Amino acid sequence: MPVEHAFPDSAARNAQGEFETEKMSLSMGPSHPSTHGVLRLQLELDGEIVTKADPVIGYLHRGDEKIAENMTYNQFVPYTDRLDYLAPLANNMAYAIAVEKLARLEVPARCQAIRVITAEMARISAHLLGLGAFGIDVGAWTVFLYSFTEREKLYKLFEELTGARFTTSYTRIGGVARDVPPGWNDRVLAFCDQFLPLLEEVLDLLTRNRIFVDRTAGIGVISREDAVAYGLTGPNLRACGVPLDLRKDKPYSGYEKYDFDIAVGTKGDAYDRYLVRGEEMRQSVRIIRQAIAGFPEGKWYAEDARRIIAPPKDKVLTSMEELIQNFMIVTEGPQMPAGEVYFEAENPKGALGFYIVSKGGGVPWRLKIRAPSFCNLSILPKVCVGAMVSDVVSILGSLDFVMGECDR
Amino acid sequence: MPAASDAVAAVKARWAGVTDRASLDHPAINVAASDLLGVLGALKDEHGFDMLVDVSGVDWSVGASPRFTVVYHVFSTGGHDYVRVAADCADSAAPEVPSATGIWPGADWHEREAFDMFGIRFTGHPDLRRILMWDEYPHFPLRKDFPLAGIETPLPDAEVVAETKTGAIAAPMMGGPFVAAPGQINMTEAEPRAKDESWTERRPKPEA
Repeated sequence: MPVEHAFPDSAARNAQGEFETEKMSLSMGPSHPSTHGVLRLQLELDGEIVTKADPVIGYLHRGDEKIAENMTYNQFVPYTDRLDYLAPLANNMAYAIAVEKLARLEVPARCQAIRVITAEMARISAHLLGLGAFGIDVGAWTVFLYSFTEREKLYKLFEELTGARFTTSYTRIGGVARDVPPGWNDRVLAFCDQFLPLLEEVLDLLTRNRIFVDRTAGIGVISREDAVAYGLTGPNLRACGVPLDLRKDKPYSGYEKYDFDIAVGTKGDAYDRYLVRGEEMRQSVRIIRQAIAGFPEGKWYAEDARRIIAPPKDKVLTSMEELIQNFMIVTEGPQMPAGEVYFEAENPKGALGFYIVSKGGGVPWRLKIRAPSFCNLSILPKVCVGAMVSDVVSILGSLDFVMGECDR
Repeated sequence: MPAASDAVAAVKARWAGVTDRASLDHPAINVAASDLLGVLGALKDEHGFDMLVDVSGVDWSVGASPRFTVVYHVFSTGGHDYVRVAADCADSAAPEVPSATGIWPGADWHEREAFDMFGIRFTGHPDLRRILMWDEYPHFPLRKDFPLAGIETPLPDAEVVAETKTGAIAAPMMGGPFVAAPGQINMTEAEPRAKDESWTERRPKPEA
């Protein structure tokens, strides 16, 4: 995108001999409220206009991939919570499906439905935080208060289901940790019923808010071609007009059974990215309602893979065979065939991919995490150039990234 | 939009050195490093695989030959299919493959990460620096000869080191849930607490 300055840039002014100016170097972050964690942007400024942006990442690097190579497949599940920690249920599911592909394991329909419901709830929760934080970044505090009230209700439901509010570790390889408690589905539906009108109210605070539109419309425009070339995924890609959603295009976990629409933007600016997220929350509610309406009976874990799935605890304590099975899985890990798989799931932030190289046994030889936030941020050096410093804040808020996932 | 298998067949017909790669899911090919850019470019321009979703280094262990492989996953936003392209690095001591940044600008960060973690050089990359670790970091953490606990390393800023007398230290591993290398798990060696024979019910654990 060519940079259009309202005034001649510093080089031109210097050439005219009016007055001497020079470019300024500004380090934004790693602890800056608008960098949502520990992103640092090394900016080069010409007055108020960014002429170069160099993102510095890695402040939250914990070596998750190295850790994965040194523990069994089951032990890595809690680490996936800590990638995109705003949607741990969705991460758990993406990892579990990748390993299940490796193990050639089919999970029952009830397990798939539970995973879809929890992943869509996680999507709502993650988008609510993205929306609230974006609002704060551009000066709209109220949105944050409403969206966090709603997230609290979701956390109550997560806690009831998984025992944890934040880092849930709910999914197991070949199933989920436990069945849904009695009446939980009704409480999810009740949440949906009261959430939709409230969502409209929250979005109304922003959608036609003059200040918000001024700060986002036409800011951080990403073209279709650039979005694809940089590997953007998720709402950020769809806001650029690319109707790519892995839930529709590469359906997994039974997403092909549900009727929902993909929100697609037209301009690819920060405002479009906001609109796409708002619409996705409405669609998530649609999916949750359908999944609960057709909630299948049956088991919530696959039963047939003795070397992969730990048996139910009551059997372990009473039956010798299950005790041995449990012991082997705990000590040596679930026994996987050798081979390579790559699986991507449509997470709130984009396509979260796991590339697993297995040499057999209970430990992956290599586990690569393809983090959507990492790819989404890689376009920053291009999209920030020509923007004002205050626009950078708006761009960062609209890209909605999580550094835990970016740095791994 | 042609299917991924058609694209793979077309690529195999055009480059003699391209062979099938064992895969449990998507079509996969092995490509010589010299053909890599040609194959990736053809997949993008002629077969619609317009998105590079992932670049991953793999270390096949210290003595292996070839030791390092770079694995690319490309995705077709029109055909909704993946192809896996793997290129071995011929030289295990100084692994390198050509950079795909000319085909996809998004390859930039992925390749910097593979360089950072494995020390694989991507020739032609415009700005090959470390991305997750700091610039002065001397090791390549995802190599198999790098210990899980890490290696004690001074911090980059000499003034900070002089003032604080600290550096990046190796992680304490006692009681960690970690196991040994795959296939060679020895519980007594893998579980640090199991080695502590003096700690039984009759003989209580001595003071640390």
